[in-house]
Amino acid sequence: MGEVAIRAEGLTKGFGQGETFTLAVSDVSFEAYRGEMLFIVGPSGSGKTTMLSMVSGILRPDSGRVMIEGEDIWAMGEDALAHFRLHRIGFVFQDFHLFPRLTTAENVAIPLVIQRRDWGEALTEARRFLDIVGLGHRADIPPVKLSGGEQQRVAIARALIGQPDILVLDEPTASLDGDTGRNIIGFVRREVLNDKRCILIITHDARIFEFADRIMTMEDGRVTRIDQGGMAHVAHEGV
Amino acid sequence: MFGILRIAYKLLANDRAKFTALVMGITFAVFLMVQMTSMFAGVLSRSSATVYNVGASVWVMDPAVQTVANSIPMPDSVLDQVRSLPGVKFAVPIYSGGSLVKMADGTYQAVTIMGLDDTSLFGRPVMEAGRIEDIYGENGFIAVTDSEYTKIGSPKIGAEFQINDHRAKIVGLAKVSSNGLFGVPTLYTTYSRALQYLPNSRFTISYILVEPKSAADIPAIQAAVARAGYVALTRDAFVRQISDFYKYKTGIGTNLLMMTVISFIVGLSISGQTFYTFILENLEKFGALKAIGMTSRELVAMILFQAGFVSLTGYGLGTGLCATMIWIARARMPDYAAIITWGNLLLALGMVVVIAGISSWFAVRRVLRIEPFDIFRG
Repeated sequence: MGEVAIRAEGLTKGFGQGETFTLAVSDVSFEAYRGEMLFIVGPSGSGKTTMLSMVSGILRPDSGRVMIEGEDIWAMGEDALAHFRLHRIGFVFQDFHLFPRLTTAENVAIPLVIQRRDWGEALTEARRFLDIVGLGHRADIPPVKLSGGEQQRVAIARALIGQPDILVLDEPTASLDGDTGRNIIGFVRREVLNDKRCILIITHDARIFEFADRIMTMEDGRVTRIDQGGMAHVAHEGV
Repeated sequence: MFGILRIAYKLLANDRAKFTALVMGITFAVFLMVQMTSMFAGVLSRSSATVYNVGASVWVMDPAVQTVANSIPMPDSVLDQVRSLPGVKFAVPIYSGGSLVKMADGTYQAVTIMGLDDTSLFGRPVMEAGRIEDIYGENGFIAVTDSEYTKIGSPKIGAEFQINDHRAKIVGLAKVSSNGLFGVPTLYTTYSRALQYLPNSRFTISYILVEPKSAADIPAIQAAVARAGYVALTRDAFVRQISDFYKYKTGIGTNLLMMTVISFIVGLSISGQTFYTFILENLEKFGALKAIGMTSRELVAMILFQAGFVSLTGYGLGTGLCATMIWIARARMPDYAAIITWGNLLLALGMVVVIAGISSWFAVRRVLRIEPFDIFRG
């Protein structure tokens, strides 16, 4: 195990009021480590996405805290938290959320542009990351012209370009066929994970469990078990 | 921030259908607004043409006069009274009235006759051909070569026609700074000849043109004239009075205001709805940007930039289109009355800013309400 990257303590979150109140996550605590690929699994409605949203700074918990490098992220102000997400966390959304009106390279460059990097410099860096994910030759076309697997890789490149410590992937194989899904996660494992980075993946796809260091199972808003994954003792080198 | 605005621009401009609809909506609204107000400005400007062309500092008139075209004759005694005021440098009468000219082919044409003070010829036009002194010659008239000049057959020096069975002879051609509102040619002659040629009421002076010794004397002159039962207006005040008459007492101003408001509503409806739809279609993307780390302030800046860019582009195209239309209209119809003034442009710009403000206000509200979590959970 590497250093602790994330420490979640007593995270609780409910939605609605009165009779419609639903407790989505209840008193969840766990640690995730640098150099680790942690899978979060469980049935629909088990609270995986809610929990990961709280951990990644996009959903404020009702109670509990999230410590990243000794700092409680939910004690930060709105702008500081946005700054934190921009520099420390990379997101790969389930639906990718790529901009169809921008080129692939411009999509990838977005985090650097928000970081106020020079436009040309950001695009050059974006092309480098597209090369890393094997899509350098597709840099100047809009992402709608790419296949699902290629769009997924563009989304990964966009999440990586800011060199985040923490990478969050939500159902990364949900819209991909089996082989493409395995290739993508294999690529992430091989090329993206490194000793300083912690990768959290929400998935239902048992075919990719072999790439996990640990697998955290949630049910009814609680962590019910944490198992060793298929790659628990494999060393890695990545971007 | 430049890079963020560049993304905003690309998101907007690369959605060609929406971008075109937005720009066209604003362009159309601006075109209508500027066109309406320009036409009105043209009408107002021409309604005071005589005041500008004569150029007197102070005009004395009957209190019931509302426009320069509808003078109420005053007795000669008023001229004597005004001339006796201590602050008056000089005061001269001027005749302004309408008549019919019988041309060589036997047809009639309505004209405006300006009768200049015989002694000073104060208020004379700028001569283009002939000499001003020739106006004293027998039956002498000077024709103004404005856009209405052709209506009396574009007469040259020496041309003759009849006014009220009197022979009239063109002795000179002149130009004036502003064309009249009513689309009739203008002829200048002497005050005495105007009285001789045209049927008159008991009193004959249309206006008394006054030159004060100094601007400081004007209030005293105005007070003295008021005590005599008449009104003395400076040139600017007279122009303002004429403008107010057309704005508020003819219905033209109300109609113009209504058309301008309708144009504004059309622009707001088209552009506001299209822009809001554009934002709604991109709402998830804005949410994704928020999740990635864009602050609310930066998102608002993006939206304001998009709204501002569309508005200013539409504004530029709309004013350009309007200017082109007016230019073409003037080329084909010399007496077409429309002037694009700074006031028109500022009014249209203000309305465009309001359209952009309202459109982006709804959009900003919607974008600020989107939670990254909503995007994350799909």
